[in-house]
Amino acid sequence: MGGMHGFGAVDRRPDEALFPEAWQGRVCALAGYAIGAGLANLDAFRHAVERMPADRYLADGYYGRWLYALETLAAERLGGDAAVERPDHVGSVVREVDREARFAAGDAVRTWNRHPQGHTRLPGYARDRRGLIAEVHPACVYPDTNADSRGESPEYLYTVAFDSRELWGEEAEAGVAVYIDLFEPYLEATE
Amino acid sequence: MTADHQHGSDSPATRTEAIEALLVKKGLVQSAAVDALVERYEQDIGPLRGARVVAQAWTDPAFRARLLEDGMPAIRELGFGDNTDAHVARLVVKENTESVHNLIVCTLCSCYPWAVLGLPPAWYKSPAYRSRAVREPRRLLGELGLDLPADVEVRVWDSSAEVRYMVLPQRPRGTVGLSVEELTGLVTRDSMIGVEQL
Repeated sequence: MGGMHGFGAVDRRPDEALFPEAWQGRVCALAGYAIGAGLANLDAFRHAVERMPADRYLADGYYGRWLYALETLAAERLGGDAAVERPDHVGSVVREVDREARFAAGDAVRTWNRHPQGHTRLPGYARDRRGLIAEVHPACVYPDTNADSRGESPEYLYTVAFDSRELWGEEAEAGVAVYIDLFEPYLEATE
Repeated sequence: MTADHQHGSDSPATRTEAIEALLVKKGLVQSAAVDALVERYEQDIGPLRGARVVAQAWTDPAFRARLLEDGMPAIRELGFGDNTDAHVARLVVKENTESVHNLIVCTLCSCYPWAVLGLPPAWYKSPAYRSRAVREPRRLLGELGLDLPADVEVRVWDSSAEVRYMVLPQRPRGTVGLSVEELTGLVTRDSMIGVEQL
C-alpha cells in the first residue's frame, strides 16, 4: 500500500481495545496455531491474504482478512482425509548458506522491475529504484518461493536506503530516507 | 460473482466459529489453547516490555550499546524475547537523536516487533498509515501532533521482511535521578513506533 492516495487521515484513538470484537481475538489466535500446526507457512498465509479480491481486501478490515485467508487455506488444504503434515518446529527464518553475500554496506544497487502474480516482499513503490546497501543481514527463507511450495531457497537479506526523491520524485519531502529490507534476487549492482 | 463460495455471507463471528470448528475437527487447534492465547495477548504481551527496555537503555550505557548492536540478545537479558516472535531474523533498535528521527511502518502487511510491543494498534494496520508513512512522513507526523524541524532527518523503516524494528526515543528533559521503574512509566508505545516524542 506504500504511497497510495485516498485513505485520508490516520485515525489514532487512545486506549483502543486490542480486539474490539471477540471474534477478532479468536481469529488472531487461530491463525497462530494453524500456522504452527502446519496448515500453511507464514509466507503462504500472507500470500493467501494478498490473493483476496481487492474490494474484499479493503472492506473486510484487518482480522477480516486473516479470517478470509484461513478459509481460503482450509478450503485448499483440508478438503480430503489426508492429515496435515506438522512442521518439526516453527522457528527462525535464518538459514546457513555456503556462499558469501553479493553486496556489502555502501554498495549502490537498483531493484528489479518485476510485478509477479505470486508473493514477493519487494514493495511496488520501490521497484526499479536506486538505493544504497545500509546493512547486510543473514540469509533467510525466501518468501517468494516459500509461499507457494517451491521451497525455502534461502537468500541474503539487506536493508537498502532510498532517498525519498528517488521514490517519489520532485514533490518528495526533503530530508527523508526510506529503508526497506530486500532479498538479494531483487537487487542488481549499479553505479 | 467472485470465488467467494467458501467465505459465505454470514457475519465474521459466525464464520470464525465455523473455521474454528473445522480446525479443531482436523486436529490443528484446541479451543482451550485459543482461549489461553487470546487472554495472553490481551494481558501479558504488551508495550510495557518495550518501555522497560527503553528505560534500561537510558540508564545503562553498556546495555544501550548492546541493544543498538543486536536487539534480540539484549532484550533476552531482561527476560523478554520468548517465542512470541520465534520466526523473526533480527530485532533492530533505532535511536532517535537531535538530528535523526526514526519511524516504523509495514507497507505490505503489519510486521511489528511483537516481542517488545505486543500486537500492533489498529491505526498501525490501517491503509492510511501504511500508504502515507513512506510517502509523506513529515506531514503525517504533523497531523499526529509531532512537527519536526526541517533539519531533523526522517528515517522511515519499512519492515518488509523478517527484521523487526523498534525506536529508542530520546530521554525527556528533567528526568535525571528517576529510577528505572519511574522512567518505564514515562515511555509510551507510540514513542517506540516513532509517531510521538516524549
